[in-house]
Amino acid sequence: MGPAIVDSFRKLDPRIMFRNPVMFVTLVGAVLTTVSIFTSSPGPAGQGFVIQLAIWLWFTVLFANFAEAMAEGRGKAQADSLRKARRDTMARRIHNGVETLVAASQLDKDDLVVCEAGDVIPSDGEVIDGIASVDEAAITGESAPVIRESGGDRSAVTGGTKVISDRIVIRITAEKGNTFLDRMISMVEGARRQKTPNEIALTILLSALTLIFLLVAVTLKPFGAYAGVDFSIPVLIALLVCLIPTTIGGLLSAIGISGIDRLIRRNVMATSGRAVEAAGDVDVLLLDKTGTITIGNRMASAFTPAPGVTEHQLADAAQLASLADETPEGRSIVVLAKEKFNIRARELAEPHAVFVPFTAQTRMSGVDFLAEDGSAGKGGGAPAATTVRSIRKGAADSVKAYVQSNGGEFPDEVSKAVEAASRAGRTPLVVAERRRVLGVVELKDVVKGGIKERFAQLRKMGIRTVMITGDNPLTAAAIAAEAGVDDFMAQATPEDKLRRIRLEQAEGHLVAMTGDGTNDAPALAQADVGVAMNTGTQAAREAGNMVDLDSNPTKLIEIVEIGKQLLMTRGSLTTFSIANDVAKYFAIIPALLMATFPAIVPLNVMHLASPQSAILSAVIFNALIIIALIPLALRGVQYRPLGAVAVLQRNLLIFGLGGLILPFLGIKAIDMAIVALGLV
Amino acid sequence: MKTLLLQTRAALAVTFVFAVLLCGVYPLAIWAIGQAVFADKANGSLIVDKSGTIRGSSLLGQNFSGEQYFHPRPSAAGASGYDAAGSGGSNLGPTSQKLADQIRDRVAAYRKANGLAADARIPADAVTASGSGLDPHISMANAELQAPRVARARNLTEDQVRGLISANTDDGTLFGVLGRPGVNVLKLNMALDGLL
Amino acid sequence: MSNVDWFSFALYVGLVALITRPLGLYLVQVLDANGKTFLDPVVRPLELLTYRLMGVDHNEEYDWKRYTMAMLLVSAVSCVFTYAILRLQHVLPLNPQGLPALGEALAFNTAVSFTTNTNWQSYVGESTMSYFSQMVALTLQNFMSAAVGIAIAAALVRGIAWQSGEALGNFWVDLVRIAYYLLLPVCVVFAVFLVSQGVPQNFRPYDTARLVEPIRLADGTSVETQSIAQGPVASQVAIKMLGTNGGGFYNTNAAHPYENPTPLSNFVQMLSIFAIGSALTYYLGRITRNPGHGWAVWAAMMVMFVAAVVVCGAAESRGNPLHQALGLAVADGNMEGKEVRFGIFASSLFAVITTSASCGAVNAMHDSFTALGGLVPLFMIELGEVVIGGVGAGLYGMLVFVILAVFIAGLMVGRTPEYLGKKIGAYDVKMAMLSLLVLCGSILGFTAWASASEWGTAGLNNSGPHGFSEMLYAYSSATGNNGSAFAGLTATPANGDIRYNLTLGLAMLIGRFLMIVPILALAGSLVRKKVAPPSPGTFPVSGATFVVLLVGCVLLVGALNFLPALALGPIVEHFLNLQGRMY
Repeated sequence: MGPAIVDSFRKLDPRIMFRNPVMFVTLVGAVLTTVSIFTSSPGPAGQGFVIQLAIWLWFTVLFANFAEAMAEGRGKAQADSLRKARRDTMARRIHNGVETLVAASQLDKDDLVVCEAGDVIPSDGEVIDGIASVDEAAITGESAPVIRESGGDRSAVTGGTKVISDRIVIRITAEKGNTFLDRMISMVEGARRQKTPNEIALTILLSALTLIFLLVAVTLKPFGAYAGVDFSIPVLIALLVCLIPTTIGGLLSAIGISGIDRLIRRNVMATSGRAVEAAGDVDVLLLDKTGTITIGNRMASAFTPAPGVTEHQLADAAQLASLADETPEGRSIVVLAKEKFNIRARELAEPHAVFVPFTAQTRMSGVDFLAEDGSAGKGGGAPAATTVRSIRKGAADSVKAYVQSNGGEFPDEVSKAVEAASRAGRTPLVVAERRRVLGVVELKDVVKGGIKERFAQLRKMGIRTVMITGDNPLTAAAIAAEAGVDDFMAQATPEDKLRRIRLEQAEGHLVAMTGDGTNDAPALAQADVGVAMNTGTQAAREAGNMVDLDSNPTKLIEIVEIGKQLLMTRGSLTTFSIANDVAKYFAIIPALLMATFPAIVPLNVMHLASPQSAILSAVIFNALIIIALIPLALRGVQYRPLGAVAVLQRNLLIFGLGGLILPFLGIKAIDMAIVALGLV
Repeated sequence: MKTLLLQTRAALAVTFVFAVLLCGVYPLAIWAIGQAVFADKANGSLIVDKSGTIRGSSLLGQNFSGEQYFHPRPSAAGASGYDAAGSGGSNLGPTSQKLADQIRDRVAAYRKANGLAADARIPADAVTASGSGLDPHISMANAELQAPRVARARNLTEDQVRGLISANTDDGTLFGVLGRPGVNVLKLNMALDGLL
Repeated sequence: MSNVDWFSFALYVGLVALITRPLGLYLVQVLDANGKTFLDPVVRPLELLTYRLMGVDHNEEYDWKRYTMAMLLVSAVSCVFTYAILRLQHVLPLNPQGLPALGEALAFNTAVSFTTNTNWQSYVGESTMSYFSQMVALTLQNFMSAAVGIAIAAALVRGIAWQSGEALGNFWVDLVRIAYYLLLPVCVVFAVFLVSQGVPQNFRPYDTARLVEPIRLADGTSVETQSIAQGPVASQVAIKMLGTNGGGFYNTNAAHPYENPTPLSNFVQMLSIFAIGSALTYYLGRITRNPGHGWAVWAAMMVMFVAAVVVCGAAESRGNPLHQALGLAVADGNMEGKEVRFGIFASSLFAVITTSASCGAVNAMHDSFTALGGLVPLFMIELGEVVIGGVGAGLYGMLVFVILAVFIAGLMVGRTPEYLGKKIGAYDVKMAMLSLLVLCGSILGFTAWASASEWGTAGLNNSGPHGFSEMLYAYSSATGNNGSAFAGLTATPANGDIRYNLTLGLAMLIGRFLMIVPILALAGSLVRKKVAPPSPGTFPVSGATFVVLLVGCVLLVGALNFLPALALGPIVEHFLNLQGRMY
């Protein structure tokens, strides 16, 4: 808070203030009032009143600056730690096979550098050779190292991260001074912050209101000349400052900065404030099925035994076949068998049990139990002669072939079960013991808990969700129905995605999507909000307008909420600010006229003690409300996933009606306080 | 530039066409219809006495001050009131000293002329000027208060006078929904004089 | 307000509601270059002939700049035309009284006044204007300025509804069709009705009546006759009401028994003031394919209207305590400046209607209303006359507030604000605020100048706060293109000072054209935008919430700025009146 206070004064620089017309007018008012302490003769109220006015006008400006400084301050701490990561890195540049040490800041695009265990990666780039584990904690805050390797979707490395093992050669992809880290720092510091379209429009509205109230205050002087009321300059300035929308004017930039800050704290880097605002407007979300809608892996969900086999037998065999299977699917079979039939996972370390791993040729895995001699089976194929028991599980056609090769038959019932499972969006695995088919284990995609409710909320907010999956249409439809998405794209290629985005946009929709692979880049660039996963390729990260450092695709929903919250906060405080004027009028107008027209006393509905106390109370309220609302500005108006009408009614009630009533109470309370303190 | 010229030509032409059609043909058509169907009304609802002299318009008030006449509302039209070539209201506001003074004098005069008690409430229309200064009407209450004086001055019974009042009351108000019934002072006074 | 008053009020609102849809549907046809009406067989050939004479291709559509240019040109040309007639009145025909030409300042003020649909009367009709001037110079503008207003509103509505890229329609087609299919036919029927009620339509020299009782003046002379002003009144009054022009044939406008002879003529005139403005809200709903929106805008207008009528009616029927202390019957209310045939309520109702719309005709003298009763018409003008409003002007003025309301509401629901699917950007907000700023600047600026000047206070008929109200009302009325007045103010003083006429004329020009140009620019910006399909996240511009929001926006953004000025005028006067202070 200390630096924020210092900054509040530093921001008094008129050149900075000029960017905010509302507060600039307030600043000028404060200066003029201060000058009038020395130039004008003390009025009936005495100089003490004018001095207090001046003080509170200065406070009004300082409070607004303080709000902005507070908002920036939160980002600054983060920027400082980021800067540490950037500092003093030396790079081992390779040029024509010769390695030279250069400062990281000297690296050009397309330079090649080499990094070995212990080196800090000097700049953003792409791994072109080797594989390494990299500690990205400096950027993501996640301490577990990640693998980066050449080729594929995990080739991007970020400057400031640290290689922990192995050696990689990196081609630098960032321009000098424009690395991801650089951008991140300037973003959190707000240095590069440009006003967003809505912010510009709102600033115009507020500036015009300021101009209107300036006219109101200025023309009161000649009006007073006719009416025989001598309005003093400080009092007119007080009126002006109370009427112009200082509340929203003072908090506007803080709201914008803190919106971005909220994103950063969720580990999302936006390349511009515009993207954050656009997120609030998004009405179509393209979501990848895997990882976003379903947890990454399929899970066993049911056992369908073949005729003559009990479900218990099937489960037992399936579990045995999966005991050594370390894939999530395999483990889920073990778990399901345990859950359903309380079949405890047995130790497979017995020397006579041999795990038969999955191979591309057999497309089956399983287990062989050997005779005492311990001779092992070879591969997943035919069991060795000495085998006592041999269980296989795998895709229906592979198992069919296996069973038939052993002279068994593949029952029609099982075929039907396989078909039914496919139709329902499940993946059937057939379990067999030599020539006997035991039944089907169904694996299904598991939709994340609560996701359906989440989509229902989104729908209420007017956002349509589209699931993208490589699955066949049948499977996709089943999952889409279960997850409650509005639409899905099955067997989608990156080109399909791009086409879909263009189509939606042509219909006037705003589209958000997540992506990680290089082939996602065009779609990410086309989408109005493209969130690239930090684990993704450099191309994807460049194409999107946000990067999620946690690489969590579900976060898209939070990003949308933050965008909406940002706009809501602005709108609500604008309403509040304008509604405040009513009470301020009731405080100030009687105060202005009471001396000349005592008859107007009934208009002093708040029964404020004196004209001076009334004016001062209004000004003090006006200043304090800025401070009081800083937490709200930084936190944002509470967001509820409701329809537009409900949200509007709620905010109108709180900020519109509240804005009408609150100042009446506040000004009255301040009036009582300053009278009690003997300030006027 | 060429566009500007073309558009100017259009502006000139449309002004001309409108002037002919809307300012010539249209008012003349209304004139023709009016003179053909409602000649009396189209010519100002003039009241002509038995000798053929125009004595006024049934829509416009006139000044009366003699005790044998019903008195109209005070008028701010023209120097002497009821100037039918110079309509006007007093345009005095609610806090006008001048208006209050006028009303005080009129109230006193009205009470005196009609033999009312010093604290009698006076119908507002009797002591306030109308908007046009040509208001042909007074309220029923106002006429009622004046009736005894007129009856006395003319040696008529009050009932005879009241009969004339109701005969000369204009009530196109649809049971008071559209406006208020008013006693037409000129027609009433002319009826009293036997001019109609 | 009595039960009968409430009933008549309900009847009025009910009838306005009733004509809104049918007239709105008719407007849809009129404002469509290829629209079909029952008048086509008669009027269509005339319409096409007019285009031929004008050299206009009626199939061509204009972008906003061209539309604006055409509008400005026709306004300029017809303004000069009117000015010339007024200056040449003495040599032109139909001048039975031999009235002289108008002076430069008065002619300027009057020409501007009628061109801008203000129809402020700096002149005294019966003693200044020849029949020719009334019938040609003024009536032309009554049609023209009304048609221009409706055309602008149509252009803005098209900007909102269309996705044509640039085109907003053809100004000339709009102008001609509005005049031929809408204004003229209604006026013919209306004018004949008015004649049937007693409104004169003749070219007689002023009649001279022999007074029934000659008036004996204080100086011993007596007045034997009454000179009765005549003229082609009915045809003029019909369009003055229908086109919300409001410029009276006679000095006292619709209070004059010849302009408004019966309670029925009064009621129909009140209906005609609101008819087109009300129907335009239906047009809005229809063209934007969102009938609920049109009705919501209508409802917002009516909410403010009803509140205003109740306040004004209550204040006027309560009357002036100062006068009641002098012996006036309390139940009679404030009759100063009102006609017996209309009574308190129909006068209050008319006052609110004429200032809600930018009509400016009066059937009672607003200057003599009670402080609060007079505050209401003044306030309605300062709201921007968006409550039904002037023909066209009311709708486009209201749409500015709609855009601001949608802007703030849009932010409040967490989306980039969009109005009927079109995103409201910085440019749109700029144009909307510019038009408000212009109104506020002109009203407050000119009032400030007048109130601090010798010439300003010299024209006043009242002193104290009421004098200030007269000035504030004058510039509000001029800027708002209303034309009604706290008519005690003398804008054409005997000493020949031209500053009132000039400044009022300027205020009218500013209030009309500096408002229209940003609005057409807004239309031009909107028509370029793509429409985003609505979703549950889009805040609907119909329904009660929207009505509340819109009313709040009009009151807070439109009227708050006038509160200090109103405090120095009618508000303080009200409290002084209660205390018995006089000036």
